[in-house]
Amino acid sequence: MKLRGNIKDFLFEKTTALFALGVLTLTLLLFGLLVRESLPAIRKIGASFATNTTWDPVLEEFGALPFLYGTVVSSFLAILIALPLGVGAAIFINEFAPEWLKTPISFLAELLAAIPSVIYGLWGIFVLVPILRDYFMKPVSRALGWIPLFQGPVYGPSMLAAGVLLSIMILPFILSVSREVLATVPRVQKEAVLSLGGTHWEMIRIVIGQHCIPGIFGATILGLGRALGETMAVTMVIGNRPDIVLSLFQPGYSMAAVIANEFTEATGDLYLSALVEIGLVLFLLTIVVNFAAKLILNRFTPAASKRTGR
Amino acid sequence: MEAVENAIEVKNLSAWFGDHQVLKEITMGIRRNSVTSVMGPSGCGKSTFIRCLNRMHELTPGFRTTGEVLFDGRNVLSEEVDPVLLRRKVGMVFQQPNPFPRMSVYDNVAVGLRFNGKRSRAEIADTVEKSFRMAALWDEVKDHLDRMGPSLSGGQQQRLCIARALAVEPEVLLMDEPCSALDPVSTGKIEELIEDLSDRYTIVVVTHNMQQAARISDSVAFFLLGELIEMDKSAKIFTNPADKRTEEYITGRFG
Amino acid sequence: MKSVSYRRKATDRIMKALFLLSAFLVILPLFLIFSDLLWKGAKELKWSLLTDLPRPVGEPGGGIANGILGTLTVAGLAMAGGIPLAVLSGIYLAEYGKGAFASVVRFAVDLLAGVPSIIMGIFGYVLWVLPMKRFSALAGASALAMIFLPIVVRTTEEMLKTVPVPVREAALALGIERWKTTLFITVRTASAGIITGILLAMARILGETAPLLFTALGNQFWQTGLDQPIAAVPLQVFTYAISPYDDWHDKAWAGAVVLILLVLVLSIGARLLVRTRR
Repeated sequence: MKLRGNIKDFLFEKTTALFALGVLTLTLLLFGLLVRESLPAIRKIGASFATNTTWDPVLEEFGALPFLYGTVVSSFLAILIALPLGVGAAIFINEFAPEWLKTPISFLAELLAAIPSVIYGLWGIFVLVPILRDYFMKPVSRALGWIPLFQGPVYGPSMLAAGVLLSIMILPFILSVSREVLATVPRVQKEAVLSLGGTHWEMIRIVIGQHCIPGIFGATILGLGRALGETMAVTMVIGNRPDIVLSLFQPGYSMAAVIANEFTEATGDLYLSALVEIGLVLFLLTIVVNFAAKLILNRFTPAASKRTGR
Repeated sequence: MEAVENAIEVKNLSAWFGDHQVLKEITMGIRRNSVTSVMGPSGCGKSTFIRCLNRMHELTPGFRTTGEVLFDGRNVLSEEVDPVLLRRKVGMVFQQPNPFPRMSVYDNVAVGLRFNGKRSRAEIADTVEKSFRMAALWDEVKDHLDRMGPSLSGGQQQRLCIARALAVEPEVLLMDEPCSALDPVSTGKIEELIEDLSDRYTIVVVTHNMQQAARISDSVAFFLLGELIEMDKSAKIFTNPADKRTEEYITGRFG
Repeated sequence: MKSVSYRRKATDRIMKALFLLSAFLVILPLFLIFSDLLWKGAKELKWSLLTDLPRPVGEPGGGIANGILGTLTVAGLAMAGGIPLAVLSGIYLAEYGKGAFASVVRFAVDLLAGVPSIIMGIFGYVLWVLPMKRFSALAGASALAMIFLPIVVRTTEEMLKTVPVPVREAALALGIERWKTTLFITVRTASAGIITGILLAMARILGETAPLLFTALGNQFWQTGLDQPIAAVPLQVFTYAISPYDDWHDKAWAGAVVLILLVLVLSIGARLLVRTRR
């Protein structure tokens, strides 16, 4: 009875380890290539990359601040809209919905998550933007156009449109993570409040409010991570103008959108390198945000933390 | 001669989980083609013991042994012995029936054969039927051979596991509390089965049920806190045990 | 006494209504989008859409046949490399993955899972387009593979971990070697879940546009080789959508219907697979 089997076991284990190493290598390669291709721009443009508000490739002026601004603003706007809606819907489904309704609604929400970005963009251009423009932006602009947030001529494609469209896209994630967070509240605590004569809403406010804040915060950061990297839908409705304006009704630009639009047009190595540098910044930003989300969720809701990343 | 009488000779077997010693210098002989019960209160090391006999203890990290387990003239605990080949001769049935989930009843029994070299369909079909018959399950499954393993009842599943173990034609069958998850009727059927099989196989049964040990076994080994307290013919152990601790266990003072 | 409880009850009712409203608003876009897809896509939804090549502006007819083939080609290529790499890595993590190396790999996989897809496009560009000096299906496939990988590694590892220890023990106790147990018993037991993960990842990459923008680039005609630019339905939908021509807009909607059908059939099919193989 000799040790023959051991060698095959060893080989099998090492082979699978090799493939795992392959995945690790690809990740490192991704990072390495991003850095390598950004280096020319990093060296030549330096710190003004993050402070300059002018993006003019013709004059070889590469200030990326408008894109950073646009990415951040559109994403935060998306969170602002999606968070209350997502949490509210999660509370409804978990606490109020009849049993037979729960599965269909979750199914529909998952379906929302499966729709490709370009289809959201298509719908955004031809349905959402006209509706927003005619039924919200134009009236508000007429009435409140003196407020900086609503200033300027209304074309349609705008920071607001991008924010609203993004919010629809990140809703399913906020919804599902919130539901998981809500489910971790111990039943006894809920029943305690109810048995003391509290209304359902009061129970939610007290118990869930106390228990779920960190988890919901984690869900928010998760949604943020998704929104930051969203490309197609954003570029189709944001207007693609590299300006920094306070008004939500004006067109804007985002990091992902400028890469999508200008990469194939980029003449000259510095131009391309600057775009890759934007990609590197986006890459690092989403990593940090996703990592933060995972940390928060891990600490407070282990099951929900599996949802990080798309 | 001892070597012919005893299928397995255990010599000074000790075992540790990390620093905690779980088996203390176990020395015993297991007679060929008979039923040996290993009984004792929970935590006494009986399951750990039989898992050493087919080297399943190696799956637990931090577990080590000293001493010898002689089977077929060799110490199976030594590094030179291939545990894979050992396990084909020393089979095991577990406490919770564990048929392979995504396989049919037929495949459950056949899979051991396929991996152990048997090639031809006819040969496999033959052995599968034989194994089912030995496990007293053939009549119940012969028309439903493609049913999924887990769709059987608990007692049937356990007999399926027995058939599966028998298919690879072992010499020894280790059974770790095979009936504790089953209802009394299934338990009865399996006890009958064990008796029938004991003509051809060396069977070691771990049990916490004294009545069961009395019913089915030829010899009984009593374990307590990792030590072998006493081992003798089943009749003697239950009527006139030599050690006081054995007597206390049997009369229900503890355990 | 009475007025206080009346106020609390009223608040309760209002909040309940708000929660209901939220749920409604969350689901509403789904219905809007689907109804718009059907309504607006119906115009150009003919068989010729699926069989014809694109025609220049103004000419009637024309389709996205090359896009359909292209999408399947690029996704197929991505999976040809991605499936073995991801599944075997998943097996490693589930069966042998206890040390520091495994933790690092898991960290890398989680990292990859969160990277925006456009960055994967840059990856494909730098890796293939720059050295080859042209756009290609290969470049597109490698970008898609980077999206595919982390999803399948994760689901494979998760599914394998759900196989109970007793199942593995039973196989080992039969004298089946460790590697055979892993490959033929454990993996087989988890196979439905693993395949589901693959199908869901496939549905995801079929719909991706951004990583293909400057790797596969798109093509007006049939594909001539894997080292040439290739069409893909999401790219075509994008191009048609942002064009200034009305009939191309109609084609964009129709193409979107084809795309969503592909994605949905895979997604729902994958879910059903898990349910029926119980």
